[in-house]
Amino acid sequence: MGSVLLAMLASWWLAFPAHANEAAPAAADPVLEARMTRIASELRCLVCQNQTIADSNADLAQDLRRQVREMLARGDDDAKIIRYMTDRYGDFVLYRPPMKATTMLLWFGPALMVVLGLGGLAVVMRRRAHAAANQFEPDDPALFTDPHQS
Amino acid sequence: MMKSLRYILPLLAFLVLAGFLARGLNLDPREVPSPLIGKPAPGFALARLDDAAQTIKREDMLGKVWVLNVWASWCVACREEHPVLVDFAKRKRVPLFGLNYKDKRPEGLGWLSQFGNPYDASLFDADGRVGIDFGVYGVPETFIIDKQGVIRLKHIGPLTPDVIRERIEPMLKKLDG
Repeated sequence: MGSVLLAMLASWWLAFPAHANEAAPAAADPVLEARMTRIASELRCLVCQNQTIADSNADLAQDLRRQVREMLARGDDDAKIIRYMTDRYGDFVLYRPPMKATTMLLWFGPALMVVLGLGGLAVVMRRRAHAAANQFEPDDPALFTDPHQS
Repeated sequence: MMKSLRYILPLLAFLVLAGFLARGLNLDPREVPSPLIGKPAPGFALARLDDAAQTIKREDMLGKVWVLNVWASWCVACREEHPVLVDFAKRKRVPLFGLNYKDKRPEGLGWLSQFGNPYDASLFDADGRVGIDFGVYGVPETFIIDKQGVIRLKHIGPLTPDVIRERIEPMLKKLDG
């Protein structure tokens, strides 16, 4: 169970590389710009929902990148910037949804499905192993004739 | 018993799946629930669109229920919504303020003189910062703010007579605006 979860998390990390191509021209300070891009690639653009704020060229995404840049320049840490965004746009802006009561199904649903499926399979197989021979359909004799004999 | 289960189970699974898909079809993925509902409206102090010397602040609006409509001259859906707003404003139910979002002053004013001005006043948010504080992402958007300055309702997308009747009016009635 633990390793399944770990694998799921790992696939998330791989699916969203931190270094997405940024659409806007780089600002003067490359270090700050890199931090901005890293944060912005964690945030969903609400206008074009399948792009990150780092990727998107939408007006709002550009404004939000500017906002992140300004907050970084002011010395705000990542957590504060993320909170700034979720305060305004909700958890929906986060590409990695936080773990809480309402997102439990989202996080553990897939693992739950696997467990249920394996459980069901185990029950069926156990039942078949213990079933008497007359519970199965009779064998078709035609299937067991040796082709070389005919 | 086992035999019939074999046919009923896949049918049940299909019905459950179909139920989820049907629900998914009827959800609008563009409608993102705002975390601002039930929270105090963000502070703002913006110049009026028609008079740069006059500023309207959040505090000026306390004590009355009012509607804030986010619009822009470049926004196509706003044009579609506009007659509904004019009609709403005619009834003089509550103060209706505009937030002229990321617009240019002459263009915003031109838009109002061309199509008519339903607003008591429009706030001029040239760089869209107040818009960000209100969590605006798809113009037009409409907010209802109560006497205590708390955001009670947000509607994303153009207002229609149906939306006015089914969402806006009931909320205004509830807030006794």
